[in-house]
Amino acid sequence: MSRMPAAVALEGIAKKFSEFVALRDISLSIAPGEFICFLGPSGCGKTTLLRIIAGLERQNAGTVRMGGQDVSALPPALRNYGIVFQSYALFPNLTVGRNVAYGLETRRIDAAAIARRVDELLTLVGLARHRDKYPAQLSGGEQQRVALARALAPAPALLLLDEPLSALDARVRQSLRHEIRGLQRRLGVTTIMVTHDQEEALAMADRIVVMNVGRVEQVGPPAEVYRRPRTPFVARFVGQMNFIAAVASARSGWARVGDVELEYQPGFEAAAGSPMTLAIRPEEIAVGPAARGAANALEARIDAVQFLGPFTRLALSLVGDGKATLECDVAATAFTALGLGEGAIVTVALAPAALRAFSAADAAP
Amino acid sequence: MSVPVRTAADLPDRVVRHRVSREDAIRWGLIAVFAGVLCLFLLYPLSQVVWRSLLDQQGRFIGGANYVRYFSTPAIAASITNSLFVSAASMLLTVGLAFVYAYALTRTRMPARGLFRVAAMLPLFAPSLVQAFALIYVFGNNGIITRTTGFNVGIYGAKGIILAEVFYCFPHALLILAAALAATDARLYDAARTLGAGPLKTFCTVTLPGVKYGLVSACFVVFTLALTDFGAPKAIGGKFSVMATEIYNQVSGQQNFSMGATVSVVLLIPAVLAFFVDRLVQRRQYALVTSSSKPLVPERHAWKDKSLLVYCGLIAGFIAAIYAVILVSSLVHRWPYNFGFTLKHYDFDTAGGYRSLWNSIRVAALTAVLGTALTFIGGYVVEKCRTAAAGPLYLLSVLPVSVPGMVLGLAYIFAFNAPGSPLNLLYGTLAILIVSNVVHYFTVGFLTATTALKQMDAEFENVGASLGVPFYRTFWRVTVPIALPSIIAISMYFFLNAMVTLSAVIFIVAPGTELAAVAVLLMDDAGDTAQAAAMSVLIIATGLVVRSLYWLAMRGVTARTQAWARSGSAPGDASA
Repeated sequence: MSRMPAAVALEGIAKKFSEFVALRDISLSIAPGEFICFLGPSGCGKTTLLRIIAGLERQNAGTVRMGGQDVSALPPALRNYGIVFQSYALFPNLTVGRNVAYGLETRRIDAAAIARRVDELLTLVGLARHRDKYPAQLSGGEQQRVALARALAPAPALLLLDEPLSALDARVRQSLRHEIRGLQRRLGVTTIMVTHDQEEALAMADRIVVMNVGRVEQVGPPAEVYRRPRTPFVARFVGQMNFIAAVASARSGWARVGDVELEYQPGFEAAAGSPMTLAIRPEEIAVGPAARGAANALEARIDAVQFLGPFTRLALSLVGDGKATLECDVAATAFTALGLGEGAIVTVALAPAALRAFSAADAAP
Repeated sequence: MSVPVRTAADLPDRVVRHRVSREDAIRWGLIAVFAGVLCLFLLYPLSQVVWRSLLDQQGRFIGGANYVRYFSTPAIAASITNSLFVSAASMLLTVGLAFVYAYALTRTRMPARGLFRVAAMLPLFAPSLVQAFALIYVFGNNGIITRTTGFNVGIYGAKGIILAEVFYCFPHALLILAAALAATDARLYDAARTLGAGPLKTFCTVTLPGVKYGLVSACFVVFTLALTDFGAPKAIGGKFSVMATEIYNQVSGQQNFSMGATVSVVLLIPAVLAFFVDRLVQRRQYALVTSSSKPLVPERHAWKDKSLLVYCGLIAGFIAAIYAVILVSSLVHRWPYNFGFTLKHYDFDTAGGYRSLWNSIRVAALTAVLGTALTFIGGYVVEKCRTAAAGPLYLLSVLPVSVPGMVLGLAYIFAFNAPGSPLNLLYGTLAILIVSNVVHYFTVGFLTATTALKQMDAEFENVGASLGVPFYRTFWRVTVPIALPSIIAISMYFFLNAMVTLSAVIFIVAPGTELAAVAVLLMDDAGDTAQAAAMSVLIIATGLVVRSLYWLAMRGVTARTQAWARSGSAPGDASA
């Protein structure tokens, strides 16, 4: 890492609620200006971890550092961060302007400077004309941006976002993603966002921290987490994934599914005959002419066809092995060109470079 | 490479400590003050009652001998069965009558529902003595019915007490039942109808199950009120002794403080028991009304609406008649012989006269201020400052509701009139009356406050902290303004109850600190029934004026909260 101290460094964070272990040995380093997403299903510990960083929850073990300073023993008020909660927690009895000014009024700043800062922030989030309205008079997306402006007003070193978009409808969520990301880039403020929405994490984060049952499963840039999931959990949680039960072949780098042998991504070794799991994403399966003659080509029957707008999802079962079923996404136009329907037999290819391998024990859902 | 999986046992139970800040010190200071007040003015006096019940008149420890004497002296022991009988009968009658009344108010299109709702609330503005007086004026030995028909129904005793308690407890039961009946989901009734259920079946399978917790709650509230009431049995009980009057007889009549303490401890048992059973039952309650519920809009039923109109008319008529009788008897020369108009009964010549009324108003106003501040701040530290002290403080705060007023009053004699104790400074002052009222009515104020605080976003304080704003500033800028409707409701609750209470103050009023409700009792004891009626009228009038001011204040607050566009969670008249 660079010589600059990490904006946030977690070392061995562990937390339990009576007998329930919420977090186990979390260590993580976040660089200044980075946008990090904690991604995971509910109950994975991502919100608890955020609240420990904020000092709103206290860990049983481990240290939190901010900018090199150990803040583990500091109460929330002394940690220098801004936070936006899922509910926004805007003060309903104060106008938008007073909400944004809230964190400035207790500092030794004169009223004119406060007013300037409030206007500046409201302009930044595009709400300058709503300054004198009450929060309840704004839409959900606007309230969200007020909460953001309020959190950013004292220019904190760190911005924490706890599922900030989950209460909004899909369209507003889309546009706010860009807006928050753009704002974060412009201000360069280190940001941690908690979300259970993998699409949101992929679209916004510099790095994603995928969490499951209190552990970090994988840390990496969105493309890497998507393309090279380190565990079956990550593969399943981020994007769609087909899993195929297989047996390790005597040939290194090959596995047997029913009566065919398939070559998979290099980097996984297993004793011949031991059970394993192969995985491939629906859009990585080649269908029809493109598959003919390719490596790992198989015959499959089309069981169901689901039209989903830009692409068509096919439910396939491999010919010769009734148990293995696959889902495969084909561009809608390409599928029309194939001229196939339900019940047809088609050639598919599972490109070795896209076919991942995991040990069978890890893959159990 | 896998991370070692740890079990809960591998982690220390302690969490990382935060440095103690100035805010923490203030927080703990508030908790200490709150806990200190409850210990000094609730736990300590109550422990004195228990202790004194184990001593003889000379202060020697005699173990359970007082209890043996209590249960083996038929004349005193009868007060237990009498109390239980009167309370149970009052409970059944009141809840039955109030249920139908509440049903008419909430589930029908009966005309004048608003008027009936207001009429039923009248007994809240009068000491429980007043119901008994009115019954005596009508059915007593010199009552108007007895005089004109020559027929004496024998109102003194159990009959009279039960009837007086029914009127006294009616609004309390009605408030609970009307709230329970109002909280329903029209979709349940639509479902019942589409499944072909008739009106009776719908009532038994949808309506009753929906209000069962309200019914249980109303039963416990009425039972406890009737059990611990002192005014009505004192005024109309005659020779029929109940536990509350027995404490008074032992203490005031026979100066037997040990026996008074013994009866008090025994009276505490059913009251505390009723309280815990009620809490246990309420814990199983689930939310019937969710954000997706549809309000039930009652339909017109000519026959049902008319018969309920007659029913409500009768009950409201009785209640109005009580107040009419009291008002008239205070304004005529000599009820029921000379109905000439006079104001002479308002020239009080005993029991402190107008000074007692001013004292009452001052005590009630200060009780409202102090009680509201203490219960709201108490609710705040319990609800929002999550500390280890929250659990015990909550228990301490809900305990007062099960402490009968007589017991609290006696406890204050023991605690604040003990020779050589520095706490004696309080004795004989208005301050001790205010404190006893605050403690006596603490629980409802506290629960109203915690309910309002629970409805607020739990993250307000965290937002404040993240912005570096101290918690007390967020409390003042955000919490208090949002909870203002509840705060006003709590203060009115304290004021009205402090105006009418008798049981908690009867033992601790002193020359110079007479109170109006006590004056009513003393005037009646002295045979000045017309002056007692006149004083009652003034107490009721004060209550009605304050209630009207409350209504105006509420309108102002509502107008302001409407500016925030989201109608807050104003409890409105819930604790009227």
